[in-house]
Formats: sequence, C-alpha cells, structure tokens
Amino acid sequence: MNLEEAIRLRDPARLPSRRDEDWRWTDLRGLLRAIPEPSRPLEPGDIGPGPFDGLPGDGVSIANGSGPEEIRVAGGEVRTVILRHVSRGDGAHASRLRIEVGPAARLTLLESHEGGGSGLSLLGIDMRLGTGAACERLVLSDLDAEAVAVVELEAELEPGARLGQTVLTSGARRQRFETRVRHPGQGAEVRLDGAYVLRERRHADLTSSVRHEGPDGRTDQLARGMVDDQARAVFQGRITVLEGADGADARMAHNALILSDRAEVDARPELEIFADDVACAHGATVGALDEEVLFYMRQRGLPEREARTLLVTSFLGGVIDRVEAPAAADRLRSWLLAQIGAAS
Amino acid sequence: MLNLRDLHARVGDREILRGLSLEVPAGEVHAIMGPNGAGKSTLSYVLTGRPGYDVTAGSAELDGVDLLGLEADERAARGLFLSFQYPLEIPGVPALTFIRSALNAQRKARGEPEVSAPEFLKRARSFAAELKMDFDMLKRPLNVGFSGGEKKRMEILQMALLSPRFMILDETDSGLDIDALRIVSEGVNALRAPERSMLVITHYQRLLDYIRPDRVHVLAAGRIVASGGPELALELERDGYDKYARAA
Ligand SMILES: Nc1ncnc2c1ncn2[C@@H]1O[C@H](COP(=O)(O)OP(=O)(O)OP(=O)(O)O)[C@@H](O)[C@H]1O
Ligand SMILES: [Mg+2]
Repeated sequence: MNLEEAIRLRDPARLPSRRDEDWRWTDLRGLLRAIPEPSRPLEPGDIGPGPFDGLPGDGVSIANGSGPEEIRVAGGEVRTVILRHVSRGDGAHASRLRIEVGPAARLTLLESHEGGGSGLSLLGIDMRLGTGAACERLVLSDLDAEAVAVVELEAELEPGARLGQTVLTSGARRQRFETRVRHPGQGAEVRLDGAYVLRERRHADLTSSVRHEGPDGRTDQLARGMVDDQARAVFQGRITVLEGADGADARMAHNALILSDRAEVDARPELEIFADDVACAHGATVGALDEEVLFYMRQRGLPEREARTLLVTSFLGGVIDRVEAPAAADRLRSWLLAQIGAAS
Repeated sequence: MLNLRDLHARVGDREILRGLSLEVPAGEVHAIMGPNGAGKSTLSYVLTGRPGYDVTAGSAELDGVDLLGLEADERAARGLFLSFQYPLEIPGVPALTFIRSALNAQRKARGEPEVSAPEFLKRARSFAAELKMDFDMLKRPLNVGFSGGEKKRMEILQMALLSPRFMILDETDSGLDIDALRIVSEGVNALRAPERSMLVITHYQRLLDYIRPDRVHVLAAGRIVASGGPELALELERDGYDKYARAA
C-alpha cells in the first residue's frame, strides 16, 4: 500500500484499503476503480482568493500538484508562511514538501486545502524542527463534496522543539489527515488538535501517531467534531511512550457529537506506555446534544436552531481556544461558525 | 391571565395530569402545594412545552392565546418563564452570553429592538448585586459547577433579566440557605406587578411567608383537589396531605 506510488504509477492496486489496519475506516481501494488521469496544470488566474488572504505572511501555492518542494526557515528566524494547496478538476496529483525550521526559529504555517473537484490528491509534508524551534501549523480544509484527498505530515523534532497543530475540516467524499511525529522528549512539546464539521455524505479521518523516544516530553491532543446527515468521522490517535521515555506527559481527548441517526463516528484512541513515571489521560465521548439542555435553552426563548448552534459552537470553540496565533484564530473561528450555521 | 381547563397530559404512556383546571388572574400570585409525584413539575413542563409531555385533552391559555399550539421558545417570547426545580448546566456558554442571546431572541420574536451589550451588562450588574451574586459568576459557563443554591439564584437572575409576564417557580426554595431564601424572595417580590402573575410551587410555608400568595391550591394525583386563601398552606403544614390523597 502506498498512495503516492498508486498515483504516480496509476495503479489502483496500490491504494490503501480496508485490509490495511490503519486504513480500515478510510478505504480508498474500495472507492476508486481506477486512478484518474494526472491533473492538468492550473493558470495563476484559476486559483482565486484563499481563506488566509490579508494576513501577513509569505504566500506559497501548490496548484494541482505543482509548486515549491521546500520551505526553509533559518535558525532564529520568525516567519509566517501561507501555504495554499489548491486542486481543480477531476485529475490526480501528488506532491511532497520539505519544511526545515532551524534551531530556535519560529514558523507559523497557515495551510489551506481548497477546491478538490472530483479528483484525487495527496500532499505529503516532511518537517524537521531544530533544537528549540517552534512551528504552529493551522490547517483549514474546505473541499468540494466529490474530492478524495489525503494530507500527510511526518514531523521530526529535536529536543526543546514545539509543534502545535490544529486541523479544521469539513471533510470531502473521502479525506484523511495523517500526522506522524517523532518526539524526542527533553522539553519538546506537541499539540495535535482538530475539529470537524461534517454533513451530507462527507467523510473525514484524523489519524495521528506520536512516538515519545526520549524522557520528559509532552503531548496534548484535543479533537472534537460534529457529524450530521450521513456523514462519517474517523479518529485514530496513538501515543506511544517508548522504553526510557520516562516522565512523559501524554493527554488525548476526542469528543464527538452525532446529530443524526445515520451519521457515524469511529474512534480509536490508543496510549501505549512502555516507560516509567508517565502521566497520561485519555477521554473519548460520542453522543447527541442533550435534549434536556436544549429544552432549557428554548424555555429561555432561544429557537431550537439557535440553541443547537450555540451548543455546537461552544463545544467546537474549545479547539480554537488553544490556537496561539490570534489573527489566524479569528479566521478559523469565523470559518467554523459559518460551517456550523450551515450544518445545524 | 392563565387559564387551564380540564388538562390531561401523559408522559410516555402514563397519564400524570388528569383533568386539571386552574385560573390565575393578572397581578396574582398562586401557590401550588401537593405530595411528591402529584404532577406539579409535570404541570410546569406541560405549560412550557417540554417535548415528551403530551396533552391529550383540555386547554391552556395565556391571555386568551392557546399555549399548546406554540413551540417552547414562542411561549417564552410571550412572557412565560419557568424557574426549574433542577436547573441545567450549559457547558461552554458563559451565563451572560446565554441570557443576552435568549433575551434578544425573545425581543426579536416580539418585533422589539435588541438590547445593546452595555445596557444589558448594566442591568445584569444591578440585578446580580440585588441578589448578592458575585458578578464573575456570570462570566462562567451557565450553572457548570454551581452549587444547588447558586443555580437557584441564577434562575431568579435570569427571570429578572428576561422580565417575563407569567412566572412559574418550581421549588425555588429547595437548596437555598436561610439568607438566600430571603434575598431570592425579595428578588421575586420585586417582580410582582399588576400585569404579572406567578405560580409558586413549594412544599413549605417558609417560602410563602416571604412571597405572600393570593391563593393556595392543592395538587394531588394530577388534579387541583382544593383551593383556598393563604390559610390553606398553614393547614397543610399542620395536617399534611392525608385527607386530599384520599379525596384524589
Ligand atoms: N419522564 C417520565 N417518565 C415516566 N414517569 C414520569 C416522568 N416524569 C415524571 N414522571 C412521573 O410523573 C409523576 C409526577 O411527577 P412530577 O415530577 O410532576 O411530580 P412533582 O409533583 O413535581 O413531585 P415533587 O414534589 O417530588 O417534585 C411521578 O410519579 C413521576 O414518577
Ligand atoms: Mg417537582
């Protein structure tokens, strides 16, 4: 199984399928009989405005698979990069991007996934964070209903580095965000958050795996979402604390709201601890909005739709509250609000 | 003002209200007393339109308007307020945000302009002070982690801010300490007005010492089985419900 090869060689047999343990809830082989033709290049005029327009930062676009292959932030530098991954049409494309953040540098990465058409896309990011470097990666995915898209991040941290990630998505025909982090401990910190708002027949999969390889590392994960209609959410979170990674602090929470009988949430939170003196906690809840609370709110005068929206907004807002970059957080919050308003 | 005629209501397949009739004229405060399980809270839910409480016969009118045909929020917009026996917690929504949204939703439904944030804050501060509530509590998610008595105070604060015309107080006294009972009762009394009415559900005379009712009714087995002046409450306190349980 290798999605990148499947796209490059146009070989559907290489697509990940339900037989691959980690992909059983996001089966691509069962979905796609053939790999679409390679996507045609896009003209700059085809790209249109992006969700982070107007915020200060260096713009970088990957359009139908073509764009830069590397972003470097030199040691000590502070930078914001606005990365737009734009897909149009019904073709397939795969791209790979290296991001190097030098020692003590800070990168704010505002990343958007746009369009999608009815095509198949893969973006793979390899990230290295130097000693004491920090990266906050804020991802907003607003794709067409027929798109099939996978975004992977492979991150390697040096001691004292910080990675903060928040992924917001409205899903797609099938969509997956996969994040794998090598965590050295020794003061390094990881936040891996996400929020999804899924309706109609949309699907989103948040899969992550963090490996604590050295002592005294922190990982904190909060994923929340709501599914309506016949939508389906997948959350697979794994935190492994290897032998010798003593004193690690690992927290994971996934909370989902199901607003329709035909919507579905599949969750698999896993903490594997092989070290000593580890603080860990995980919590997972899947439920409907509390009908008694809704009645209470309506008794006070809120129409049902407003009451629902208020509850869902405050529930998902908990994810945005943890974002560090304030201007970007405002954009994320308004986007979320619009999604919820449309969904409830 | 409130006019209930021969109300029958069921929860699931159990009939709880069985021919309840009651009239509360404008400006009056009526008390409802009755044994546990008699249907007092059920009556308050039926009037406010809680899903799952089905009226099978009879009528309920507020100022001549059929309540039963309205959604819960429409009833609220017409001035109906219930102070819950067990107030709920609303995670993540600060009390102030919640009450202001509710107030403005009501005003919108009535075709009135919104209350501005500063004006609302001013009112909230003054009512909170009257009810001896710490204003910071209003910035916390509504009722989350509040004590039983704090939740009851918060109900009365909401009532004051929403300024309803017909108020149902379901055991507002339970959970209140001695001082709080007095403070909350004063808050309630301040809302008494010629165009407003109240239905006060309670088990204890104590509350009625503060909130003097015009009439007292006994609700047993889903019906009003006796009505009288304030002296009826004293009689109940002395003799209990035995006689009415048998009558029902
Ligand atoms: N959801 C429900 N399902 C089944 N029975 C119910 C339900 N809600 C209330 N009941 C029953 O209806 C009856 C009346 O309940 P209600 O809460 O109205 O009593 P009450 O008079 O308010 O009592 P209390 O003084 O204890 O508050 C009780 O026997 C109760 O068990
Ligand atoms: Mg009761």
